[in-house]
Amino acid sequence: MNISLLLLIYLVGAIATFAAGKNLARTLAIVISFIGAAFWLAFYGQVQSGVVLTETYTWIDSLNIKLSFLVDGLSYSMLGLCTLLLPIILLTTNQQQFKNAHIIYSLVMLMAFAMCGTFMAIDGFLYYIFWELALIPIFFIGLLWGNDEFKIRKKTMITFFIYTFAGSLFMLIAFVYLYVKVGSFDWNTLKSAALSVREANWIYLAFFLAYAIKIPVFPFHTWQANTYEKSPAIGTMLLSGIMLKMGLYSILRWQLPLTQGVESSIVNTVVVLCIIGIIYASLIALRQNHIKRLLAYSSMAHVGLIAAGAYTNSIDGTQGAIIQMLAHGFVVVGLFYIAEIIHSRYQTYLISEMGGIRQQAVKFSSFFLILTFASIGLPGTFSFIGEFTLLYSLSKVNIWYAVFGGTTIILGAYYMLKMFQHSMLGNVNKNTFADVNTKEFVLLTVLVVVIIGLGIYPDPVYKIISLTPIL
Amino acid sequence: MNTLIVLSGLAVVILLLEIFNFRKGIIPLTVLGLGGAIAATLCPQSFIKTELYNMVHLSNTAQWFTILFIVLTIGIVVMGHDFYKDRATKLSDFISLKIFVLIGAVCMIAFEHFVMFFIGLEILSITLYVLAASNTEKIKSNEAGMKYFLMGSFASGFVLFGIALIYGATASFYIETIAEFSSMPNTPLWLPIGFAMIVIGMLFKIAAFPFHFWAPDVYQGAPLLTTTTMSTLAKVAAIASLFKMSVALQGTMPEIYTQLICVLIVCTMFVGNIVALKQTNIKRLLAYSGISHAGFMMFTLLSIETSANELLYYTTAYATAGIAAFAVVIYATVNKKEELILHFRGLGKRSPLMAVVLSLALLSMAGIPILSGFFAKFFLFKTALSNGYVTLVILGVVNSIISIYYYFKVILTMYTFKNDEHKNIEVSSSLVYPVIAVIFILINIVIGLYPSLILDLI
Repeated sequence: MNISLLLLIYLVGAIATFAAGKNLARTLAIVISFIGAAFWLAFYGQVQSGVVLTETYTWIDSLNIKLSFLVDGLSYSMLGLCTLLLPIILLTTNQQQFKNAHIIYSLVMLMAFAMCGTFMAIDGFLYYIFWELALIPIFFIGLLWGNDEFKIRKKTMITFFIYTFAGSLFMLIAFVYLYVKVGSFDWNTLKSAALSVREANWIYLAFFLAYAIKIPVFPFHTWQANTYEKSPAIGTMLLSGIMLKMGLYSILRWQLPLTQGVESSIVNTVVVLCIIGIIYASLIALRQNHIKRLLAYSSMAHVGLIAAGAYTNSIDGTQGAIIQMLAHGFVVVGLFYIAEIIHSRYQTYLISEMGGIRQQAVKFSSFFLILTFASIGLPGTFSFIGEFTLLYSLSKVNIWYAVFGGTTIILGAYYMLKMFQHSMLGNVNKNTFADVNTKEFVLLTVLVVVIIGLGIYPDPVYKIISLTPIL
Repeated sequence: MNTLIVLSGLAVVILLLEIFNFRKGIIPLTVLGLGGAIAATLCPQSFIKTELYNMVHLSNTAQWFTILFIVLTIGIVVMGHDFYKDRATKLSDFISLKIFVLIGAVCMIAFEHFVMFFIGLEILSITLYVLAASNTEKIKSNEAGMKYFLMGSFASGFVLFGIALIYGATASFYIETIAEFSSMPNTPLWLPIGFAMIVIGMLFKIAAFPFHFWAPDVYQGAPLLTTTTMSTLAKVAAIASLFKMSVALQGTMPEIYTQLICVLIVCTMFVGNIVALKQTNIKRLLAYSGISHAGFMMFTLLSIETSANELLYYTTAYATAGIAAFAVVIYATVNKKEELILHFRGLGKRSPLMAVVLSLALLSMAGIPILSGFFAKFFLFKTALSNGYVTLVILGVVNSIISIYYYFKVILTMYTFKNDEHKNIEVSSSLVYPVIAVIFILINIVIGLYPSLILDLI
């Protein structure tokens, strides 16, 4: 059995979901997402025992471009994030929620296809195509099913698209430049290209531009909060939970190995930019009243730390980045789900209009509190391991990096707890708030169990990521 | 040669059908005839002894470009079935004129003798002047024909003068002899001057900066199907023949010529894209987008030894997307005075399939994977980078980014509508446009998935 069949599952899934019609689309999409998750799990034993799964098929012979896939520990953990989060994200929706349900679920499947492809492809050209392909479904999901007026939404989504696309094109130039040098897009061949320091610097920066926009790293973040706010919940979860990990993954997989000769001054600048982003985003998050915007900025602060750790190009940084990517994926999906539940009850995203929910919905606010703690990185949660390793890797490069990077935990605690306080505690501002129903309870429990379970016993994840050949 | 004979015969037969009052058979017969022309192109044996004069020769490159031209013409002719419905008495004229355009295009790519080239150029141009002005009731159409004629004949004059100068320098009209001569040292000064004049004339035909001013006006005024022909078939034929002549003659040009081409490429891309941003008429928008694509096609002139298949790929991607896009435009603007982008509001609801086709066509032009437009640009950039044109590639990429904006403007308009607005859109009831649009966008996607289909041909 080949792991690339996973792509086929999602691709066929996209077509089948579209063909299934409005009523069946959601069920079918969920079934397929579970098949995908099960399919991913089936490979756990193989990957854990150190097998690197590779596949190659011919595609464009005359240019030496191949359909080649490689799944090692890094890819496998990213695929896990994608395949496991997908059923959860799909289950958060309701049957009657979307007009033209068959189109949106088919787009989600298509996006899963593209994202898994990005995590698997080891041929630079193929990787680039998957990378771009992931952008189109999310653009239409945000545009057609998003919040707010169409006119405003349109502006937001087109900014998002052009911004991301622009960054990617510079990455394409970098790839083509390398290709022209070595005559192949294969990762191993590209890695062995003899680059002068100047070339390495420029290629490093071209890659950085693409990934910094996607992640986003300060000062390329301006699209993010608006896009998260305007996208429907399902789109926000896909974006923050999985899609931005594409950028972080690509740093580890492509940017660092391909540009080993880069000058350290540039690396330092990049790390400093990431750290500025952490503080900057945390400070903005403090002032947010819109819960999705707050979560967007908090997400930016967290991924800033991941990016900073990854850019140190050390074993600790890489491991911490992978762990934190997984942890952040689960936590942020949970938090956006919480925001969505509140919105479905209160029809508002504004924190000032909430309050006193805890009195009426104890279970709900307990879940919220756990997720808030996980987001802050409290010991015992999975995020703690990730953040700690990342900060450790930063401190080894320069202690001040760790000091300033560490503000994410302090400031994060401040704005997250403030959000919790204003939304859950205090006086009741609005009408009754029904506690979680069975579906919400199960989904939130799953997320919380994963976050705490892996926080206490992270061994299954460590076993995989310690095998990553990059390390 | 086979192709030209088949096509000329076909054009005459189509004219005769009118006399025999057999209008119904015109389109099927034309498609059949064009299919025959493809077969004749692929057939290696010439059934008439023409080698004696060698004025036309179907090299491998010319052969595949010819097939591309014929395929594009089939699309255009089939759409003519419904496009000329209200002017049925003139159907045979219109269709045979389309075939004459094709004959001109084939002459331009398959020529060995410069006289043949010029005849082809004139056949193509004159038929297009007529077609541009063919909607005699509309003043804009008359204006378009007049403008195109005045400026086009001026450009043809340049080409002719250039040919004369080259003859003066080499005493030959045969392109092979000229190519041999031009590789010798100490060529006379008027050889490069002659070639430069031909280049100017051809840049006019492909609507490259600074000879692009006619394009938006003519595209806008001409009937839609003529605009389709001009922006796909005529443009592709012109750039392909310019490429062919460059292969023979570029060696004679001084160093500065390459730099000049670079400057022209950059200006063409930027002018086309930036002016397109503000357009409200879809025909003008596609005209300016076509100008910017001409800039991209000119990338191949910088690496003439290796780029023939890349040019074929780019033109195929561009032209198939173009025909698909125009099919949707014709479909959605039936009975409208002007083809405003606003008229597309709500098309996504009114006829989802056509909206998707137009979206895909525009995405292909914008260069989004996995549509072939992306691969087309990628191949150009790859070759340009391997020849060291890093700045040029970066500017090309910047232009791709700019173009996203106006392509998306159209796409977004289709999905914007208020309440019942979409019900007011009047779309054509004809089946021909959807069929053509879908077929051409499928061709576009298939060559995107398997670029080798085209790349390995030449």
